[in-house]
Amino acid sequence: MLSDDLRCAYAVLIKDLRAYYLKPPNISWGILFPLAFLLAFTLRTPTNPDQLVPGLLALALLFGTTSMEAIVITFERRIGALERLLLAPMRLTALLVGKLLGGMVFGLIVTVVTLGIAAVAFGLGAVRVGLLVATLVLSASAFAALGVLVSVAVKEVFEAQTLANAFRFPMMFLGGAFVPVAALPTGLRIVARLMPLTYSVEALSVALNNGPLDRALLDLAVLAAFTIVFFVFSVRALARQTA
Amino acid sequence: MDDAPFALRAVGLTKRYGSGETGLLAVDHIDFEVGHGEVFGFLGPNGAGKTTTIRMLTGLARPTGGSVSILGLDLARDLPRIKKQIGVVPENSNLYDELTAFDNLVFSMQLYGVPRRARAGRAEDLLARFRLREKRDVRFGRLSRGMRRALTIATALAHHPSLVFLDEPTTGLDVVSARSLRQMVAALRDQGVTVFLTTHYLEEAERLCDRIALMVGGRIVALDTVDGLKARSQGAAAIEITLESKDRRGVPEVRRLVGADLESLIAQAMSDARTEGRRVLALDTIRPNLEDVFVQLTGLNADVMRSEKSGQAK
Repeated sequence: MLSDDLRCAYAVLIKDLRAYYLKPPNISWGILFPLAFLLAFTLRTPTNPDQLVPGLLALALLFGTTSMEAIVITFERRIGALERLLLAPMRLTALLVGKLLGGMVFGLIVTVVTLGIAAVAFGLGAVRVGLLVATLVLSASAFAALGVLVSVAVKEVFEAQTLANAFRFPMMFLGGAFVPVAALPTGLRIVARLMPLTYSVEALSVALNNGPLDRALLDLAVLAAFTIVFFVFSVRALARQTA
Repeated sequence: MDDAPFALRAVGLTKRYGSGETGLLAVDHIDFEVGHGEVFGFLGPNGAGKTTTIRMLTGLARPTGGSVSILGLDLARDLPRIKKQIGVVPENSNLYDELTAFDNLVFSMQLYGVPRRARAGRAEDLLARFRLREKRDVRFGRLSRGMRRALTIATALAHHPSLVFLDEPTTGLDVVSARSLRQMVAALRDQGVTVFLTTHYLEEAERLCDRIALMVGGRIVALDTVDGLKARSQGAAAIEITLESKDRRGVPEVRRLVGADLESLIAQAMSDARTEGRRVLALDTIRPNLEDVFVQLTGLNADVMRSEKSGQAK
């Protein structure tokens, strides 16, 4: 059973990458989007790269993982192709793992390119490489799980985009990418603590600026918890729909 | 083939959506068996419960009640094992537009655990069998409707299932494609594959199926061989009456009437013609066919079935 699940999840991942993610328009959009952010920030108010780059990477991950992923499941449901996957000999968990991995891989590709551009533009200091990799992977998994949850919760493609934006834009402004969370009013600081982007920005900041590890490890744990919660809700939602 | 006496057995299968007075009983305690290697037809108008039944049998919907055994396995307990042994062709061709015909076949085989070394050869064989060899590298979204249907069926057969569910396989196809697909169903039977076929088309069911279940309002109202169903009408009389066109220039109208007594039927037909002020061009007694049986058993006009789908080819 487990081997069937792993095989199917892998097959879904490869199929999604080929059919949707790795199309030239998606790749170019995925790279242009964070690049536009980078230019907007540095041109308007030249900022300390130590503060800018973690937020930029977290945003690249957030939009990279969720932009296509939120559409893919809804689109497949609309054309009936999701039903084909539901008929295959795998559990719902495996199906959604395959979908989640697609979002993660695409988000990571976009983010690594963004990281490369940032490194060339600003140079990188002493980086905690292990922590950076762990943060990127766990952030990608949390955001991708959010994308899966959004896409199983709605029926139409445009609804998926709308709902995804309802999560993404508040996170973009409150999650520490533009303004440090500590500088927010108390009420908004509490809201920010409910958002995975906040923990992603914090951990990336530690990784890129060689900050204190203990705080970052807690951030990673929270990101893992977000992944699990979003994913469990996604599986339950899809199971309810097939009851 | 497994040791179970039936390829498929449903007992008291029920599906209710919602609860209380507003709830809908889509499938109402149906019982049937499908033998190994049999082509089993499931007929009924829209809303009869055919698609809900097929969704329950393939694991896409959870039954509210009853039990189902497929290839000797219990549907409620062994769904993943059952899924590996069945092929499903849904009403809509639902492969991936962005993948080629070949890649769609290979992807399906990956899902069903066909060994890597066997995939390419089997995909090429299926493409040849379904006359799609020249379309091997064409994306699914660019194939004609008939080709998409053929590829969807080929994909459902790629892992060599023992039982195939075909949901309205020829709906909307042109004459040649529909005939080709019927030949394919006949070939599956020759290979010992069990086929569960839902269709609106009585002629198609009559031609292909070993046995037929007629479903109306969530219930099976008749289940028998084609000859057995026809035999139920042996005592009945049927006439075909041809009336002149309403506007005296158009095509004459042909009506079929089935009933218990020939004289009453003729009297009714003549009375109707007089009432409508139309001349009778011809009146023949005929042998009841499956369509007449359907009309008798369901109380519905067979045109209900025909009119629900368009583009059917004979």
